[in-house]
Amino acid sequence: MTREEIIEKVNTLLAEEFEVEASTLTPDANVKETLSLDSLSLVDLVALIQQTYQVKIPVSDLRQIQTFTDLYDYIESHLPAA
Amino acid sequence: MRRVVITGMGIWSCLGTTLDEVCRSLYTGKSGIVFSPERKDAGFRSALCAQIAKPDLKPFVSRNLRQFMPEEAQYAYMATRAALEQARLEPDYIEQHEIGIIYGNDSVSEATMTGLDKFREFHDTAACGSGTIFQSMNSTVTMNLACLFKLKGINLTASAACASGSQSVGLAYLLIRNGLQDCIVCGGAQEANMYGVAAFDGIQSFSIREDEPAKASRPFDKNRDGLVPGGGAATLIVESYEHAVKRGAPILAEVVSWGFSGNGAHISTPNVEGPARSLELCLKNGNVSPDEIGYINAHATSTRIGDSREALAIAQVFGELPVPVTSTKSQTGHEMWMAGASELIYSILMMKNDFIAGNINFEHPDEDTARIHVLPETRPIHFDMFLSNSFGFGGTNSTLIVRNEG
Repeated sequence: MTREEIIEKVNTLLAEEFEVEASTLTPDANVKETLSLDSLSLVDLVALIQQTYQVKIPVSDLRQIQTFTDLYDYIESHLPAA
Repeated sequence: MRRVVITGMGIWSCLGTTLDEVCRSLYTGKSGIVFSPERKDAGFRSALCAQIAKPDLKPFVSRNLRQFMPEEAQYAYMATRAALEQARLEPDYIEQHEIGIIYGNDSVSEATMTGLDKFREFHDTAACGSGTIFQSMNSTVTMNLACLFKLKGINLTASAACASGSQSVGLAYLLIRNGLQDCIVCGGAQEANMYGVAAFDGIQSFSIREDEPAKASRPFDKNRDGLVPGGGAATLIVESYEHAVKRGAPILAEVVSWGFSGNGAHISTPNVEGPARSLELCLKNGNVSPDEIGYINAHATSTRIGDSREALAIAQVFGELPVPVTSTKSQTGHEMWMAGASELIYSILMMKNDFIAGNINFEHPDEDTARIHVLPETRPIHFDMFLSNSFGFGGTNSTLIVRNEG
């Protein structure tokens, strides 16, 4: 899976799940602010990534993910071996 | 003791999603029952169920808050919006006053199953998502509505099987009558997905008249062969007479009395004594004579024993009085946790519009149901007071008497 494929799929899923315009998901935008995530709905982001990519984001790592670029990087670097 | 009145009603049912639509459906004897191929494919013995419109809450509730709402809470939200509007309870007023909520609900099967299936699949509790914990509690309807509508009074769920909706109104009546609350949002909600009733189908309680869905629910009829599961939600705004007058609210009806009892016997098979005591207590508490009752909305679900026992209980209490009896479940199927509340609304609509909806599919009585006066067809008739029965598993019985107002 290429990085472009990850970005396209993640953006589509997030836009649908969190009911935001896909155009707002820019690389440098803040994930929590853009998706209106609070302490509870943050769990939905973790669940969605886990169910889609089998990538579990522990709370300690979640704090490091600020922008969408951070999120794409995290998924790309933790994808299970094909 | 204070008088207790009803000032708003809202409903989301297989007979309609507005009071006008539901009233028309009642009058014309429409059946809300369909055959569900999905249930048959899934392994149901009986694939009959009520067909209920899916509400769209997107214009009203944000995505993060909708995550906490299972199907039944969504029905209840729509019903409650409409009821608050009819009662002229504006957000500003609610914000500044102590409005309570007592809502009936007794299962959250699909929400619980869906969330826990994800946990089992991914072996991770976070896979359940943010909503599962709030969706999978019986109090989910109450907790969601209380937060969305900013209700600051009593916050309580009535879980009393198929008497839940009725018990919610009874409890609210008691609190308001005694001056402990001024105004309470009451009602009942029932999930309508197949998972909520799969185990119920498993004990062979449902009608198998699958080739004639509209004729399957036939309370009191000699050839009844079981109930048909329904669902949705119904909300009533209940408040003290003084509170309603002070607010300038429309007064639709008055809750005159509440009676209740327990059978203390079999978990699913009702008896005659328990329901009869509920009826008698309700009449006694309200100082109402049986000949003042113009209509009885029966609990009758279309099961052989249940309908017979209720008919005998009514006959025992009302004797030779020819009080018209119908079960609106002939049209809606059994709305279970919602039924006690929705059937108050059905009956109030009839009372306000001078008719009694016929007990559709009632063709021939049996020995027991012949002892009461079941109306098979809609009849134009004026009445000013009715009695509504709701009975549930475990032998929980609730009876309400409501009088016309306004």
